[in-house]
Amino acid sequence: MYYYALKMLIGDRAKYIGIIIGLTFASLLITQQSAIFAGVMARTFSFLTDVSMPDIWVVDPQVQYIDDIKPLQATKVLQVRGVTGVEWAVPLYKGSLRARLDNGTFQTCIAIGLDDETLIGGPPRMLVGQLSDLRRSDGVIVDQAGAEGKLARRAPDGSRIPLKVGDSLELNDHRVYVVGICQVTATFQANPVIYTTYSRATTFAPQERKLLSFVIAKASAGEDTEAVCQRIQEATHLRAYTPSKFKTLTFYYYLKYTGMPINFLTAVALGFIVGITISGQTFYNFTLDNLRYFGTLKAMGTTNRTLLKMILLQALIVGAIGYGLGVGLASAWGGLLSGRTQIAFLLPWQLLLISAVAIMFICLSAAALSIRKVMKLEPAVVFRS
Amino acid sequence: MSELPPHSTSRIAVRCHGLTKTFGAGATAFQALRGVDLEVRTGELLMLVGPSGCGKTTLISIIAGVLRRDGGECTVFDQDYLSMTEQEITRFRGSHTGFVFQAFNLIPTLTASENVSAPLVINGMNRRAAVAQAREMLRRVGFDERMLESSPVDLSGGQQQRVAIARALVHQPDIIVCDEPTSALDSETGRKVMQIMRELALASNRALIVVTHDARIFDFADRIAHMEDGRITGIEIPQKNAAAS
Repeated sequence: MYYYALKMLIGDRAKYIGIIIGLTFASLLITQQSAIFAGVMARTFSFLTDVSMPDIWVVDPQVQYIDDIKPLQATKVLQVRGVTGVEWAVPLYKGSLRARLDNGTFQTCIAIGLDDETLIGGPPRMLVGQLSDLRRSDGVIVDQAGAEGKLARRAPDGSRIPLKVGDSLELNDHRVYVVGICQVTATFQANPVIYTTYSRATTFAPQERKLLSFVIAKASAGEDTEAVCQRIQEATHLRAYTPSKFKTLTFYYYLKYTGMPINFLTAVALGFIVGITISGQTFYNFTLDNLRYFGTLKAMGTTNRTLLKMILLQALIVGAIGYGLGVGLASAWGGLLSGRTQIAFLLPWQLLLISAVAIMFICLSAAALSIRKVMKLEPAVVFRS
Repeated sequence: MSELPPHSTSRIAVRCHGLTKTFGAGATAFQALRGVDLEVRTGELLMLVGPSGCGKTTLISIIAGVLRRDGGECTVFDQDYLSMTEQEITRFRGSHTGFVFQAFNLIPTLTASENVSAPLVINGMNRRAAVAQAREMLRRVGFDERMLESSPVDLSGGQQQRVAIARALVHQPDIIVCDEPTSALDSETGRKVMQIMRELALASNRALIVVTHDARIFDFADRIAHMEDGRITGIEIPQKNAAAS
C-alpha cells in the first residue's frame, strides 16, 4: 500500500510541490539562520579557538568573557609557574591599538602580544613568513583579512593594495614593519588582528599599571587539567579556565547580554511558522482532497494502522525532500558567501540534526491532523455521493 | 409479486431480520431503518429500489459492514458483525466484500490496473502479482492493452465503471454491493455495465446487491426489493429477466 500512498502523494503535483516548497523554505530559513547564529557566536571565542597550545587560561576573577580584559600583575605568571602540575606558563597580551593608515585615518586593531621567548599563542596558520620573524626589529604579523581589507592601502584609482611583508604602519605612534601574513578565525568585531611580541605590544599599548591580559599555561602530562585549574585558583586567587569552559563562559555572556539570540530565534521561529502554515495546511488539504479515496480503501479492507502508516510515509517523504533541499540550499548559500565575504556561517552536524528534528516536527504535526481525520473517517462515507 | 428467491436452493448470503438503524438522538433523531426483513442468496442479483431517503444506502452499508446496526439481526455468510471487532470487520470486508460506487471512487493518481490491484494488495498479495491479476480482470471486462495503464481521468464514465467492477471482483469476494452503479452513465453504457456485472459477478456463485433508481436496468435483477420509510414494502421478480433473455 505504501507504493500507492506515494503515487497518491506525487500524483497531485500542485499540492506535492506546494508542500515541498513550504518545507524547503522552512528548512532553509531554520538552517541558514541557525548557521549564521552559530557562526557569529563562534566568532565571540575565535581567539580561544586559534590559540590551541595552552589548556589553561588564567584571568581576573571578574572577567565575564574573552574580550572582557582586566589586566593582571606581571608577577602572576611566576605564581602560576610555581603551581604543582603546571608544565609551563607564559604571559599573553590582548588589547586594542589604533593603526594610522596612509590616508590619515585610524583603524582599531586587535593586538596580540606573544611571550618573547616561546611565541606561544601565535596564529594558527602562517601564509607569508614565519612566526619567528616576530623577533626581527619592530616586526608584526597581520592577518590576511585585515591586510587585504581594513589595513589595505588605496591606489590612486581607488583600488585596494593589500598590506604585504616589508610594508610599515603606525601603531599608537610606533612604526612597525610587517614581517608576515597569517590567517586567523574571523573575529566578532571584524577588526584586523596584529601579532607581535609581548614586550613590544606592552610598549605600544597605552601605559597602565598592569598590562598582562592572560596567563596561559599547560598542565603537565598525566595531570588532571581541572585539578590543576583548582590549584592555580587557590594559589593565585585568580580564575583558571580550561579553553572549553572559557568558551562556554563567553558564549553564555553574549547569549545573556546581547539581543542576538532573540533576533535569530525570531527568524528560526518564522521558518517554523512558514513550515507549519504552508506545508501543514497544504498537506491537510491534500488529505481532505483524498478523503474519499482513503474512505474507499478503508471500506475495501485497509486497516487504520495501514492508513496511518501511509500518511506518515507521505509526510516523511515530503519532509525528507524538503529538508534535503533546504539544507542543501543553506549550505550552498553559506559556501558561496563564506569564500567571498566575511559572513559568519557555521554548520556543524548538531545544527543539521536540530533542523531535521524541526522539519520532522512540522511534518508530524501536519500529518497528525490528517491522521486524526482519516482515523475518524467512517467507511460508510463511500456511499455518500 | 413474490418473496420467494429464484435460487432458493442456493446458500443464504445475507439474512436480515427486524433490522433497525437510527441516526442522531433526541428531537433530531432520524430512524433510517424500521425493521427490515430480507434474505439474499448466492447466485442472486437483488436490486434495492425506492425513493431517496428510504434507507437503501443505510441497508447496504450495514450489509457491507461499513455501518453498525442498532437493533435486529443481520448475518452475512453466517457472520454477525456485532460479534466482531472493528479490525475483524475490516478484514472481513477486505476478503469477502466487493464495492461498486456511484462516483466510481477510483484513485485518480493510480492507473486502471493499479486501482484494480488495490483489494489484492490490501489482502496481502505482492504488488507485482496483484497488478498482473488486475490486468487479467480488466481484460475480462473488455479493456485492451492500451487502456490498462490509463489514468481513470482519461477514461469515459463507462470505462471507469468497468474498472470499478473489475476492482470489486478481482479478489473473488462472496458478496458485491453496488450503489447506483449506472446513474452516472447513459442508457446504453448502463446496460453494458449491468451485462458485465451479471456475466462476471454471478458466475462465481456469489450474491450481488444493487441499489438503484434506474428503471432501465430493473430487468437485470433476479428480485427487486422495494423500500419505503425504512422498510421493505414488497419484493418482486421482474417479468422479463435480462439474464434469461
